Amino acid sequence: MLRREAPSVVAVEPLGAYSLLRVERATLECGDPGQFFMLTPPGRTLPRAFSLCLAPPGELAFLVDPVGLGTRALVELQPGDRLPVLGPLGRGFRLDVPRPLLVGGGIGIAPLVYAAERLGRAPAILGFRTPEHAQAASLLQGAEVVIEPTYVTERLSPGRDVLACGPEPMLHAVACLAPSAQLAWEAPMACGYGACFGCAVEIRGRLRRLCVEGPVLTAADVVPAELEAA
Amino acid sequence: MPPLLNASGCLDALAAPDVARSLDAFVTKTVTPLRRDGNAPVRIAEIDCGMLNTIGLANPGLDDFVCDTLPRLLELGVPVWVSVGGFRAGDYAESCARLDDEGVEAIELNVSCPNVESPVEATEEIVAAARAATAKPLFTKLSPQLPDVAAVALAAARAGTDGLSLVNTLRGLALDPRTLAPVLSTATGGVSGPVLRPVALAAVHACYAATGLPIVGMGGVETGRHALDLIAAGASACALGTILFRDPDAPARVRAELARTAFRLGLEDPLAARGLAHREAERPLPSETKIPAKVN
Repeated sequence: MLRREAPSVVAVEPLGAYSLLRVERATLECGDPGQFFMLTPPGRTLPRAFSLCLAPPGELAFLVDPVGLGTRALVELQPGDRLPVLGPLGRGFRLDVPRPLLVGGGIGIAPLVYAAERLGRAPAILGFRTPEHAQAASLLQGAEVVIEPTYVTERLSPGRDVLACGPEPMLHAVACLAPSAQLAWEAPMACGYGACFGCAVEIRGRLRRLCVEGPVLTAADVVPAELEAA
Repeated sequence: MPPLLNASGCLDALAAPDVARSLDAFVTKTVTPLRRDGNAPVRIAEIDCGMLNTIGLANPGLDDFVCDTLPRLLELGVPVWVSVGGFRAGDYAESCARLDDEGVEAIELNVSCPNVESPVEATEEIVAAARAATAKPLFTKLSPQLPDVAAVALAAARAGTDGLSLVNTLRGLALDPRTLAPVLSTATGGVSGPVLRPVALAAVHACYAATGLPIVGMGGVETGRHALDLIAAGASACALGTILFRDPDAPARVRAELARTAFRLGLEDPLAARGLAHREAERPLPSETKIPAKVN
């Protein structure tokens, strides 16, 4: 059952290079870490996909990197503005793992913040392009932070159950080092609920919809050719 | 009330059954005789006032569709229209013959071939082949990019189509602002959304005048007002496309807005507006209608 509401914006808080967009929870469920919501920026034809970053009481919070027309419109929202929100959607992380390690890159740290909250303290390694971007690491207390040219994959310890989200090259590198890792992928999508077929990615040798089959996949789901190409 | 459908390719009833049940009929993604994985990513891009797509007719193929997908669709309790496509008339005939015994309500022929040399002859051949293969109601879906869409609609009528679906997407291109490279993997793709609305209205207007056939109007419908415009231009039913991506609750909302908007114009049923754009004497007089400051 799809649930769509237009809750009020509570606040848009700058966080280094990013912004934290807080909206009222209304009747929406938080879902599992790694699941996502479709937010429709004012004036745009298509909604944008965001995984839940924080679930404060009565609110949902999303981490936004204002890089395009839609994301810039989102960070310009004012408290009290209504924002259409659809979700939660897709398949999130499995949290029933014995030795979780959260590995995030850039804006991809968003679902890991909520995952850490649900897991109750898990070690985390977060990588960023610049110190300004790295300010978002304050959302995840106790995380180890690396900044380019150091990469998160240089700090991966073996024997961990990796939950990762970040740019594609990082996910491919993590998949090679941790074949059982759970990876949260991203693809352009128009709807988020299986209608548009826009978010097709190659999974187990076939083009499949990331919004329905993912966005969290295991490293084994990703075809070897893609891994080799990385 | 005019029936409200989805535009083919804009909804997966199995992934979102409640959305499908909120329509008067569900139209499938286009099915081709053989399975198609579709085009490589990137497949979609937002543009000003709309979007581009290059899905590439991804579908499981006729066999899998009939044996696996269709039985599950028919269990949903909503009438099913199957969109069929192909690369030659025989493809359409094969699909229609196979669907003739199934419990589908209608077949939509995705004959959107703006790039063939003689669209009139090509369309007539495809529709005639499909007509010979099935007794099901046939709706022929046309491209708005045809030089003379009404001439092609007439050809479809001659070949025995029961109705028209107007319109499919337009061809468009979007470039990445940072690299100036095409955003879509196939460079160009189909334009849909609000930008398509006046194009759809013009095609419906022309084809209604030329054929008088039942028409499912579609192209950028986001509100009841937009649906009423299509009906006034000649549509007898409306389909929602791109709006479903943003708002899966759109069917109920558009239906309610359509009834309200028609009522404000003094029309008990929105269908009473059908073709009014063509008949000055029957149109509501501005002095008799009360249009609030904000209509839908």
